[in-house]
Amino acid sequence: MSSVLQTLGMVVYRDLLIAFRRRSDLANTVLFFVLVVSMFPFGVGPEPNLLRAVAPGVLWVAALLASMLALSRMFATDYADGTLEQMVMSPVPLSVVVFGKIAAHWLVTGVPLVLLAPVLALQFDVPQSAYGTLMASLALGTPVLSLIGAIGAALTLGVRGSGVLTALLVLPLYVPVLILGAGAVDSAAAGMDVSAHLSLLAALLIFAAAFSLWPVAAALRIALE
Amino acid sequence: MKTTADVRSGAAERRRYNLFWFSSPQTFFPLAGRLAPWFAAAAAVLAAAGLYVSFLLAPTDAQQGESYRIIFIHVPAAWMSMFLYVVMAFWSAVGLVFNTRLSGMMANAVAPTGALFTFIALWTGALWGKPTWGAWWVWDARLTSELILLFLYFGYMALHAAIEDPRRADKAAGILAMVGVVNVPIIYFSVKWWNTLHQGASVSLTKAPTMAATMLAGMLLMALSFWMYSIAAALWRARAIVLERERNSDWVADYVRTTR
Repeated sequence: MSSVLQTLGMVVYRDLLIAFRRRSDLANTVLFFVLVVSMFPFGVGPEPNLLRAVAPGVLWVAALLASMLALSRMFATDYADGTLEQMVMSPVPLSVVVFGKIAAHWLVTGVPLVLLAPVLALQFDVPQSAYGTLMASLALGTPVLSLIGAIGAALTLGVRGSGVLTALLVLPLYVPVLILGAGAVDSAAAGMDVSAHLSLLAALLIFAAAFSLWPVAAALRIALE
Repeated sequence: MKTTADVRSGAAERRRYNLFWFSSPQTFFPLAGRLAPWFAAAAAVLAAAGLYVSFLLAPTDAQQGESYRIIFIHVPAAWMSMFLYVVMAFWSAVGLVFNTRLSGMMANAVAPTGALFTFIALWTGALWGKPTWGAWWVWDARLTSELILLFLYFGYMALHAAIEDPRRADKAAGILAMVGVVNVPIIYFSVKWWNTLHQGASVSLTKAPTMAATMLAGMLLMALSFWMYSIAAALWRARAIVLERERNSDWVADYVRTTR
């Protein structure tokens, strides 16, 4: 048991270390999020009421795309240099390694999005009462994005044109998270109860955490066959 | 000591009692070729009967007028779109569990037909929505989840096409099919869970249908026809896939030589 936890810790530590050694990659994800959100006022016009109405959806779609773009880093470099093969051959269950890598992906891409979202919400004049819900929904939703995204990242390992393909595989599966997350912020902005949305998001998180590790591990084994 | 005749009759015996006899592409290929025309004929007969009942016998709907007749295509297509996804996921699961080659080919053969029916369901739904709701498309829970189903079919086919090695492609796309199967109950129950614009189901196994008997008969005939068509199309497509993948084997060489 302790060796499992130790491995988990090591995987997370290693991936975080790699991420911080390549700080520009980290910054790119956050910058992408900010840029995509900033594009919308140019597209739909600076009308405050309109911006306030579209803000939850815009913030969530941007977070979803930013999280998705960072997926290629989750397994691709380890696959290319053979580290992944060593991980598969280690005595610890592969799903533990996978869980560690997903956790690291979330810490590197999900957490900055959660922290940055209120600043961008400010630009869209979202009512301040909704900030707590915005952060809570992103905190519950972005781990689900990392968990589901890992399936797409693992399935497209070593495949030509894997970036676009990952998007095609993963975006349809992201839809429930998007609906519930943006719905929670919408309700909060309208002053309604958000507990139903947040409970369902938490349920999605538990469901995804329980059921997405197996397909990822299986996909990695297939990729290494 | 076994004679050749003994071995041969033993093989016949195994063939009679072993379902897995046909799990080899070589034995499946002639069987599919023999069955497919029958399913195609059944589809044609059922479609003729179904279209006759739905367009000539079924009464005009009191509220929706003649435009309701689209449901005779729309509802069976929507049923098949969901059912075929489950079939695809089933063959993918069989392939992953038993590591059989033919299962992946079957899943791969079902996918385009499933995508076709999903597209037909969405398209006819739009044609029906315009006169009834006044819009080609609304972002209703059932429409949206059916659209996602179409994307899942596309994702399956895209992933399969992107991976060079067919065995690896079968397995990877199979995992995707099994993950996506979560969406099927969401589509089916969407009209119950979210009270949105799309009407609830008129046909259910547990209670009497809320429609006239001739309408129901037309719909069921069409559904059966679509079902038979799907089997025929999948078998023919599977035959093509078998030929393509086994092109380096002797029996395919023999087959091609004799049919040319």
